[in-house]
Amino acid sequence: MTVIEVDRLTKRYRETVALDDVTVSFDENIIYGLLGRNGAGKTTLMSILTAQNFASAGAVRVFGEDPYENAHVLSRICFVREGQRYPDDARPPHAFRMARLFFPNWSQELADELVTAFQLPMKTRIKKLSRGQLSAVGVIIGLASRAEITFFDEPYLGLDAVARQIFYDRLLEDYAEHPRTVILSSHLIDEVANLIERVVVIDGGRILLDEETDAVRDRAATVVGDSDAVEAFVRGREVIHRESLGRVASVTVLGTLTDDDRRALAASGVEVGPVSLQQLIVRLTQHRADQSGRDAAEGALR
Amino acid sequence: MIEEGRALFLQIAASVEDAILDGSLAEDSRAPSTNELAAFYRINPATAAKGVSMLVEKNVLVKRRGIGMFVAPGARAQLLDERRATFAARFIDPLLAEARALGLGPDDLSRLVRDRAAASTTEGTER
Repeated sequence: MTVIEVDRLTKRYRETVALDDVTVSFDENIIYGLLGRNGAGKTTLMSILTAQNFASAGAVRVFGEDPYENAHVLSRICFVREGQRYPDDARPPHAFRMARLFFPNWSQELADELVTAFQLPMKTRIKKLSRGQLSAVGVIIGLASRAEITFFDEPYLGLDAVARQIFYDRLLEDYAEHPRTVILSSHLIDEVANLIERVVVIDGGRILLDEETDAVRDRAATVVGDSDAVEAFVRGREVIHRESLGRVASVTVLGTLTDDDRRALAASGVEVGPVSLQQLIVRLTQHRADQSGRDAAEGALR
Repeated sequence: MIEEGRALFLQIAASVEDAILDGSLAEDSRAPSTNELAAFYRINPATAAKGVSMLVEKNVLVKRRGIGMFVAPGARAQLLDERRATFAARFIDPLLAEARALGLGPDDLSRLVRDRAAASTTEGTER
């Protein structure tokens, strides 16, 4: 079942277009990765979906309704964002008590467990917490709220590798018992690649990729070897990256390699390397930038 | 463990198959659940579920209502057949290709295989 529908959504800030005619939907009980560069439009999209920002054009529907000033919808969504503000004199227990009042599925038991896991000092004012501890407050609210849709916008700032692993493990564990829709925006693509069932990549305010994560794992490959052999193989394929060192070429191509492809490559002494989700997204993003640069240049010539 | 460039659900399925092949997961015993696999490999439960359902379709695992997944009777023999059928393509072909590049012929290879096999057997008995 679809829980979020975005239809031709556009958001302009004066000169810049943050979201450009975006159409995308999110289904129930799936963990999504919402990935893309800084300024790609991720936060803008999430803030419009959570009624914290307005669309310039287009429509969004959350649980089939307009989320704006809609308490019925908003109590079912939790948005954990970077730099969340809390009242000046609040301590973590105050923030958790507010969350408990607001979210009908709040689990105090889970919140208490997470406070221990993250070693969060409960008597310190939130204002005085470290960057990582502040992120922990957001992560705890996001997980313990068990909201039907939870947005995590770069939730890990200041969290070290151990604390991030706690977050990932607890997210998977609690999701397995209480399935819900999670939209996780992150720059640490390799860290979240195995957690997300679907990947949505935004670039320049547009959707660049919207697919099952597992299906894109073998979507691209890098072939490395003698440049003549490599060039012969990649002819007619979509090349998204190219490097060379003397006679050796390394070319990343889109498309899943067949067993025949692999045999032919092995026979001609060309090696095949996998392309991680992070590399694929970096390459696709650069490829698109190159292409639109070329299109713009061609447009200028016309 | 998990490698790049190959669908995760296939890798999860292969890991369960490996355990059945080496006998650590016996026929008729309870197979790991989707959530156990997801937690162990730290992957999305839906992906783990896809691997498990592939094994159910292959009749390697059987679902017993209310109690979970079990290794099907005859699963090990079936997997042995399957792995033996692909053994040459997966292991011998790359071996031959590398040997050719090094100027080693089939006779050199068979001698090497025999020597190594003998060495590993004596090593095994000495321990």
